[in-house]
Amino acid sequence: MKYIKPITLLLLTTLFVVVLSRNWGTVPAFGPLLSPFKGFWQNAEAKTDRTDQTVKINGTSQPVSVVYDDTGVPHVFAQNDYDVYFAQGFVTARDRLWQMEFQTHAAAGRVSEIVGERAIELDRYNRRLGMGYAAEQALKGMMANEASMAVVQAYTDGINAYIKQLSPAKYPLEYKLLGYAPEPWTPLKCALLLKQMTQTLASGADDLMMANVLQKYGREVTANLFPNYPAQESPIIPAGTKWDFTPLNVPAPPADSVPGSTLTFRWKEHDPSIGSNNWAIGPEKSATGYPILANDPHLQLNLPSIWYQVQLVTPTLNVYGASLPGSPGVIIGFNRQVAWGVTNVASDVLDFYKIRFKDARHKEYWHDNQWKAVRERVEVIKVKGRPDVTDTIRYTHHGPVVYLDNEKPFRSNIPVGYAARWVAHEVTNELTCFYILNRARNYDDYVRALAQYGSPAQNFVFADVNKDIAISPNGKFPLKWKEQGKFLLDGSNPAHDWQGWIPAEHNPRVRNPPRGFVSSANQFSTDPSYPYYLNWVFAPAERGMRINDRLTAMKQATPDSLRQLQNDNVNLRAANFLPVMLPLVNPQGLTEPQQNAFSALRSWNYRNDVDAVGATLFTEWLTLLYKSIWDDEFSREGQQPMRYPTYDRTLQLMTKEPSARWFDNVNTANRKESMSDLVNMSFRQTIDSLVRQHGSFGTEWVWGKHKGTDIRHLIPGLDAFSALDVQNGGGGSVVNATTERHGPSWRMVVALGPQPKAYGVYPGGQSGNPGSPYYLNLLETWRRGELNDLLYLQAPTDKNPRIQSTLILSPTK
Amino acid sequence: MLPVLIIIVVSAIAQLFLPWWIIAPVAFGSCWWLSKSSGRAFLAGFLGIALVWLAYAAWIHSHTDGILTGRMSQLLFKADVPLVLLLLTPVIGGLVGGLAGLTGYQVRRALR
Repeated sequence: MKYIKPITLLLLTTLFVVVLSRNWGTVPAFGPLLSPFKGFWQNAEAKTDRTDQTVKINGTSQPVSVVYDDTGVPHVFAQNDYDVYFAQGFVTARDRLWQMEFQTHAAAGRVSEIVGERAIELDRYNRRLGMGYAAEQALKGMMANEASMAVVQAYTDGINAYIKQLSPAKYPLEYKLLGYAPEPWTPLKCALLLKQMTQTLASGADDLMMANVLQKYGREVTANLFPNYPAQESPIIPAGTKWDFTPLNVPAPPADSVPGSTLTFRWKEHDPSIGSNNWAIGPEKSATGYPILANDPHLQLNLPSIWYQVQLVTPTLNVYGASLPGSPGVIIGFNRQVAWGVTNVASDVLDFYKIRFKDARHKEYWHDNQWKAVRERVEVIKVKGRPDVTDTIRYTHHGPVVYLDNEKPFRSNIPVGYAARWVAHEVTNELTCFYILNRARNYDDYVRALAQYGSPAQNFVFADVNKDIAISPNGKFPLKWKEQGKFLLDGSNPAHDWQGWIPAEHNPRVRNPPRGFVSSANQFSTDPSYPYYLNWVFAPAERGMRINDRLTAMKQATPDSLRQLQNDNVNLRAANFLPVMLPLVNPQGLTEPQQNAFSALRSWNYRNDVDAVGATLFTEWLTLLYKSIWDDEFSREGQQPMRYPTYDRTLQLMTKEPSARWFDNVNTANRKESMSDLVNMSFRQTIDSLVRQHGSFGTEWVWGKHKGTDIRHLIPGLDAFSALDVQNGGGGSVVNATTERHGPSWRMVVALGPQPKAYGVYPGGQSGNPGSPYYLNLLETWRRGELNDLLYLQAPTDKNPRIQSTLILSPTK
Repeated sequence: MLPVLIIIVVSAIAQLFLPWWIIAPVAFGSCWWLSKSSGRAFLAGFLGIALVWLAYAAWIHSHTDGILTGRMSQLLFKADVPLVLLLLTPVIGGLVGGLAGLTGYQVRRALR
């Protein structure tokens, strides 16, 4: 009997320790998490913790000096290429290991391994899209080139050297919360990271919705409401620029009809908030007599920050800029001679082919009058705490069959029974492009670099110390007949296959145009004179038009002039729409808040400033008006999802065809609504709903408070590690494109000259550790629209008051 | 007092190198060896571990201006209450230590 008590206690103690040692669903393992020796406490950092340090490490051939400045940017000084990319991998992992690994896990469809069964469908989606296959193709491209292979290997070795010396107590906090450990890095992960970017920027499509429009309304209406060039545009390559090549023959569109779809599926559309600005002014416009370049890529704003600043120096290289954690080199930046930046090209590089299988075994499909074999790829999804899930994906020569018609689609927006032809599945080598750009000395190097690039297609802006400026919408563009891929395509008809590729030297490009500047804001690449079809719709023209207006007027510009343009809040869409909408409002019978709003709108200066009420009123009103015009005929919901015509076409309709049939709400049987009816109804509804949301008309209605910008941690729902409701101006069709979740993820201005002078900031910080003073240290500067001086060092021994500490990576052998 | 001191010194050193749960064997062994009653065994285990955890956590908290204590308390309690986290930490460690200490004493008594 005397053993009962001690045995019970022994079991109880053991049980208590075991319970505390593991995760329970989303509940973390409290024992190790709270232990000051192992848990989150170990991730807390003080500024003073960053002192000079020497790490003995097996890898580099010579010692590498990494100088950290007061914003947490590492400046890497090495003697050769291998050492510099090794060190970049090492220091990036030191600040961002969890983020790097999590993003590549997400791209590879491996989130279930970390969080369990709730991510299975997300993982399946990424695998069906062929993300793993795409990364393998990209890896082939990287490994086929000696330089990029060496860079990727060095970077990988550096990350792994960091992981190897990391004790569990020092694992990034997210590993401790979710209860797992970092695994070795591989070159494939670099490829996955780049494919993740392609997915973000170039996987939107509305082919099915457009096919439904065509099916319901016919050719004429479709061409009228969804034209292939907008009414208002200011294309990236200035209109009238002559093409310096003889175009290839492009086949005429085949006569046979576009396949319709009886299946309800909806693919993710292009997100209008994802876009970017860049421009460069020539010497005649700048106060210094040298070009000045600016870039701000707009992405979903996340933490840890999307970008990681780094300076890489060897005897043959000195580049500074924004890198993507997980990819070697600098993506957007400058060196002594050149500066460059990128914005997204909304070319249509993802198409859907209707696939006819021979039978339910899905082994063969019909193409070119014969049955062709399907290649099967078995995907194994490992799931935490559960058996593996296997999924067989069928590849046609077009690409993977994303979903079969007897399967229930994930989300409501996935195609069923269609193969995806996607440029990301090509063997390309983007790293070589950046490798050359990082070392570029002049325009010819820039052209040579761009020819190497695949996807996602980007508008590469360029400026150099030789006073050249240039821009090129650049990437691997499929050669298509006109409107190919505007609708669904027939997977059995070879005439519907992509016709090859536009030669790299035929990509649109302009150097030193007479207007003295180059710019892009995701709008149309060219005017309709370009001999190839890229897409029928690009980002709305407002940002580009505003930028071009201001750059045209600019003289004696300084870097600060360009910074101010990055923060320009003028809402050109409002300036276009409001003069049409406001005169239609009938002031009779307006309630008090409606009257207040009406007069606020009439006195608004079209600026989306943080304290502007007009911006709130206009944005909500136009959104509702747009919906009330189109939703009755072109609803995104239902059995036959469609898309609305663009804002550009809507404005044209309101000004030129105010009695068009589209203004009538077809759902009201006995009434015929006019444009004026819709304007008045939507105005009243907008104000009433704002009253419900914010209370009586007043300071709660100002744009900053209404919009708020959330910069969220990558783990959904982790508010504690996010920056929420950041107060700033801007908006979707505004140069300062800051919306609720998206915005300038990096702002950079570089003044070329005998010594380049650069400025930059992003919303977050260099460290991915929520316990670091460098986690959000750049946010306030970003919010205020200011830029930090970027410290461009020449030697590790440079004396500068902003230098805080030096890390030496010292070889052990 | 003696078992408390032994637990403080041994557990502090052991935790630098071994997993977090090493606190349980340390408290178990110390109380097996030195404790005079169940109550004092629990108390010695609790205090020995809790004091070390409290002291270390408090030092980290003040050294880093509480930057992470604030965020973690937001995460766990949806409120900015770093003090609660500073108290919860030694209580959890202390409970493990106390239970292990009590067990150590009881096991030795049973085997004697």
